[in-house]
Amino acid sequence: MDILVILEGANGAIHRISKEAVAAAQALGKDLNQKVSVLVFGKNSDNLSKEAASFKVDEVLLVEDDNLKSYSADAYAETVKQIVEKESPKFVLTGYSYLVRDFFPKVSARLQKPLITDVTGYKVEGSKTLFTKQVLHGKLTVDIETKVDGPVLVGFQSAAYSLDNLEKGSAKIRTAEVTLDSAQLKTTSEEPFQEESGGVDLTSADKIVSIGRGIGKEENIPMINDLAAALKAEIGASRPIVDSGWLPNSHQVGSSGQSVTPNLYLALGISGAIQHVVGMKGSKNIVAINRDPDAPIFEVADYGVVGDILEIVPKLTEALKNQ
Amino acid sequence: MKIGVLVKQVASGESPLRIDTSGKWVVEESIDFTTNESDSYALEEALQIIERSGGAGEVVVISMCPAERTPKIIREALAKGGHRAIHIQEEAPYETDPFMVASIFAEALKDESFDLILSGLQSDDLGSGQTGVILGELLGMSTATLVMGVELQKGKLRVKRELESGWFQWVTLPFPACITIQSGLNQPRYPSLKGIMGAKKKEIKSIAKSDVKGSGTPMQEFSRMYTHKAEKRTEMIEGSTDQIVDRMIDIFKKNIKVI
Ligand SMILES: Cc1cc2nc3c(=O)[nH]c(=O)nc-3n(C[C@H](O)[C@H](O)[C@H](O)COP(=O)(O)OP(=O)(O)OC[C@H]3O[C@@H](n4cnc5c(N)ncnc54)[C@H](O)[C@@H]3O)c2cc1C
Ligand SMILES: Nc1ncnc2c1ncn2[C@@H]1O[C@H](COP(=O)(O)O)[C@@H](O)[C@H]1O
Repeated sequence: MDILVILEGANGAIHRISKEAVAAAQALGKDLNQKVSVLVFGKNSDNLSKEAASFKVDEVLLVEDDNLKSYSADAYAETVKQIVEKESPKFVLTGYSYLVRDFFPKVSARLQKPLITDVTGYKVEGSKTLFTKQVLHGKLTVDIETKVDGPVLVGFQSAAYSLDNLEKGSAKIRTAEVTLDSAQLKTTSEEPFQEESGGVDLTSADKIVSIGRGIGKEENIPMINDLAAALKAEIGASRPIVDSGWLPNSHQVGSSGQSVTPNLYLALGISGAIQHVVGMKGSKNIVAINRDPDAPIFEVADYGVVGDILEIVPKLTEALKNQ
Repeated sequence: MKIGVLVKQVASGESPLRIDTSGKWVVEESIDFTTNESDSYALEEALQIIERSGGAGEVVVISMCPAERTPKIIREALAKGGHRAIHIQEEAPYETDPFMVASIFAEALKDESFDLILSGLQSDDLGSGQTGVILGELLGMSTATLVMGVELQKGKLRVKRELESGWFQWVTLPFPACITIQSGLNQPRYPSLKGIMGAKKKEIKSIAKSDVKGSGTPMQEFSRMYTHKAEKRTEMIEGSTDQIVDRMIDIFKKNIKVI
């Protein structure tokens, strides 16, 4: 086996981030002239395996086991480990979702093989395949090289590959077996739940004024309320603002918050970490104000201002009121 | 309860970053080092777990970084209430392979027999998001990541894990356990003056990384580091504050048509 993609189910279908990983695998497969297989595992995963078989891949491996009925980090890790040992792929790719983050490093530990995470792309250079990721608050990028034989494990950053490139086909399904000893499964999990429904719905907003840690202190929030009122915009925020309790959770934009696509996204004092950017880069117009000219937010902005929000925002609000 | 907490020293978000002559890391002289964000939450949670269980137990602060950079973040963690510290001293070039980092910790900490190890979920410099889980595996502990809530039960731990887009899941795991903490589950405290004074007397055990045996060889390595190219053409708006505001209004009106 050449390239194996680990698929994750979410609400009875294959998780978007897993499909992005299949798109990445198809591209890598073409470049390296290698075949792509996918792994579906769980209990009663007919829907998932059928969906997987609709991708242009060599084959779908299906593992069904009672111990995989609900999420268990140990059962998931052990399943992937045993399949990788049996099938000896050269690459094991997956979308680095919040569930995969929980068990995939265990696979790395159990196989003693390298895992590269939050990967945004790859480069084939001669006989080497390097994987690219952002480091140091997203300000710099590295190409990572592996030094061992056998499988390289890769977790792709959300939205690194576009679903537009996912090629459809029809693959055959092969069932595979693993041996899971329930005594070895240490963790048990309950059903996923949503903390608070209600709060603001930013997904349908036309204009969003979004604040980050650059706002400095809670006392400066009213300044943003004024701006949002003058612009008739909703208020969004980066994670640290919500973590500090300055705004409720429902205002958070990013991978653990909402994904938004307004006509105007005004980013104020937000550095542009990848977990924030995945939630707002689909906005039609992004305007960013940040005092650091190297802030990664400028990479996705249509208009940028290098400056102090505490100085600019009050004047901008005044000017908007005079329109 | 005996708790270990991993705290890492990382470049702050606003540190100027210049790539060094190796082309694989940054010039350190101009960096402003600070405690990794999620690690501050991990430390706070450890201190609160001890407080909630009536104060019995110990919080051991653990960090791997160069000798000359130690005191700041370790002392701060001790000033907040950590009981003692273990400092694994490493020299440049630093270890960037998460499996190696975790196996060095596993080797250095195995005799401590912690009931619980807390780490941040991800370091702001390397961003591997793996160290805690691999360490737990290597020490035979149960693991859980992205933890946003901790409940102590008899002989067990029930933790609330964050999933995407505002979803969560409760997971129960037996001791000994190693969990990685997501930011926002508590409000990290500031050190008190008394704490700062007291920290000076607390033990910091130093171990040279080179003395930690059995750590193997790196399986992955940075091949090169560079600044990435912009995804979009950005129009930079310049001038005095008034000029900037005028241009922004103009853009809102004519280009984006939102006012
Ligand atoms: C698994 C995981 C999930 C995450 N999920 C999310 C998520 O859903 N959403 C999210 O936002 N983050 C998320 N994060 C956190 C993310 O990695 C960043 O830490 C966070 O987005 C940074 O927020 P920030 O830009 O407000 O703060 P910082 O990175 O601290 O940036 C503050 C910015 O403000 C600028 N600034 C400071 N003062 C001023 C001033 N006066 N005027 C102008 N500019 C100023 C600075 O130059 C800096 O660029 C997640 C992280 C992980 C690991
Ligand atoms: N050198 C280090 N010193 C202390 N803690 C570390 C170190 N490297 C990693 N960690 C811990 O492991 C977590 C995850 O790091 P990483 O796997 O690099 O994303 C961090 O948040 C720290 O808690």
